[in-house]
Amino acid sequence: MRTLRLTMVQIRYVNKAFWRNPASAFFTFVFPLMFLVIFTSLLGHGEVRLVGRSVNMSTYYVASMASFALISACYTNLATSVTFQRDAGVLKRIDGTPLPASAYFAARVVHALMMAILLVAITVAFGATFYHATVPSGSALAHFCVILIVGAASFSALGFAITVVIPNAEAAPAVVNATIMPLLFLSGVFIPLGVNAPSWILWVARIFPVRHFANAMQTGFLGTSFDWVDVLIVAAWGLAGLMFAVRKFNWEPRT
Amino acid sequence: MPDPLEIDAAILVQGLVKSYGDVAAVSGLDLAIKRGEIFALLGPNGAGKTTTVEILEGFRQRDAGTVSVLGFDPGSERRRIKGRIGVVLQSTGVDPYLSVAETVAMYAHYYENPRPVDEVVDLVGLTKKRNTRVLKLSGGQQRRLDVAIALAGDPELLFLDEPTTGFDPSARHEAWEIVRSLQALGKTVLLTTHYMDEAQNLADRVAIVVAGRIVAEGPPSSLGGRDTAFARLRYRVPVGLDPPAALTGVLDHEGFMELRPENLTTTLHELTGWALDHGFALDDLQIMRPSLEDVYLRLANESPEGSL
Repeated sequence: MRTLRLTMVQIRYVNKAFWRNPASAFFTFVFPLMFLVIFTSLLGHGEVRLVGRSVNMSTYYVASMASFALISACYTNLATSVTFQRDAGVLKRIDGTPLPASAYFAARVVHALMMAILLVAITVAFGATFYHATVPSGSALAHFCVILIVGAASFSALGFAITVVIPNAEAAPAVVNATIMPLLFLSGVFIPLGVNAPSWILWVARIFPVRHFANAMQTGFLGTSFDWVDVLIVAAWGLAGLMFAVRKFNWEPRT
Repeated sequence: MPDPLEIDAAILVQGLVKSYGDVAAVSGLDLAIKRGEIFALLGPNGAGKTTTVEILEGFRQRDAGTVSVLGFDPGSERRRIKGRIGVVLQSTGVDPYLSVAETVAMYAHYYENPRPVDEVVDLVGLTKKRNTRVLKLSGGQQRRLDVAIALAGDPELLFLDEPTTGFDPSARHEAWEIVRSLQALGKTVLLTTHYMDEAQNLADRVAIVVAGRIVAEGPPSSLGGRDTAFARLRYRVPVGLDPPAALTGVLDHEGFMELRPENLTTTLHELTGWALDHGFALDDLQIMRPSLEDVYLRLANESPEGSL
């Protein structure tokens, strides 16, 4: 119970600090919308063929950018911010206090989830207003909430895990982007993979969690069928990330 | 060594050893710090002060030796100590976007019985800055905030690792006032410093650390036997006079004779007698005891690995 109370307190301060850092707050929120506008303007006029049906490209991008928004908030943002805190000695100081590590981790994850929900809601509202995207409802909405929470927790855990291999704060944006950007392309988030995609790309997409996550997120918008295997694979990656992070996490600057 | 079972000991260390790879950072260090005491570890950079303190705080694991902090082993029972100690590390950060009061309040939440936030902020002299964001504080003010955070949980024992490095003289004197007020609150303080005057002004006892070992320990006034060491006597030799053998030492280029008499009283008696006989005044007479700095420099240089 003490851990829970401390987690709640910690979330409040993480949130305060997040909104007072204008650059980080601005880019976290503006990036996905900017990409949505750019991709839809460039490629949003045709139709995209998915398993057995074709959907409007702009609707496809609303779903994709909602996925991208969540990954930004939970993976990119969290990993960069935690690495900066580590290098600035904030984490070492926290490690010297009675705050349980689990409360610190939980607060970051819950905050990332809250930001993700807000981001996804903004992206969806934007998409519905300007691109007539379908908003998830009914059982699709329930599924959508499940993948949203599992995805936020998993990508946050992976965000913690990646900090282990980031040598210092200056390298954080490079390492984080180098790990996520190729996957976003190879998983059809930015450009639909289509039926004729090379098989190696399909294999990469099958192995890593981004494609499975994006697939599950799409079901709410595109009416495709929800596959629990997608959720399980995302969760498995998250669990592996969590176990790695718990064992190897650095509370002190690495150099 | 004091009796290890002494009940008023806040910190007891025996035979502490720690190496990083092939480099020995601490090699057989003993320490006994009483409750309510301000104790200073004084030594050159790289002497092993920070390593020692970080082992006591639980940040590092030792290679050998026994360590007890408030009755617990920081290596295996760190959880039980965390709530009772306050730590000011050499370099740590805080979130730049929170205010002074918010930062102290956040850390206060982590402890069972925190000290009121405004009281802590006032104690370190940041009351006027309580609503200022950390981002806008000066270096000295940030260091005070470090102390405030360490005090937030109302700890019994405080570790201050080089608390005033980089301060200007007036900021250092203010910081010393803060540390003295901590002692008035009944806290035990272990601080590290490479400033002689800091140890001399603040500490009840000082230990000089060189190459991972304590080479001298005691109250600043008698450290290294400086209270009983032979005094140096200096006087100006009047032009045209030859001092007798008992008053001859080393003559420097300014015409000063310097000697280290075994019996100061006898030598002074001879000197004043000689001066009276020849009718000159001892205007420039000086008697000097070794300063803490002299003791420190001697010990630091005597040690085979000691360097400054």
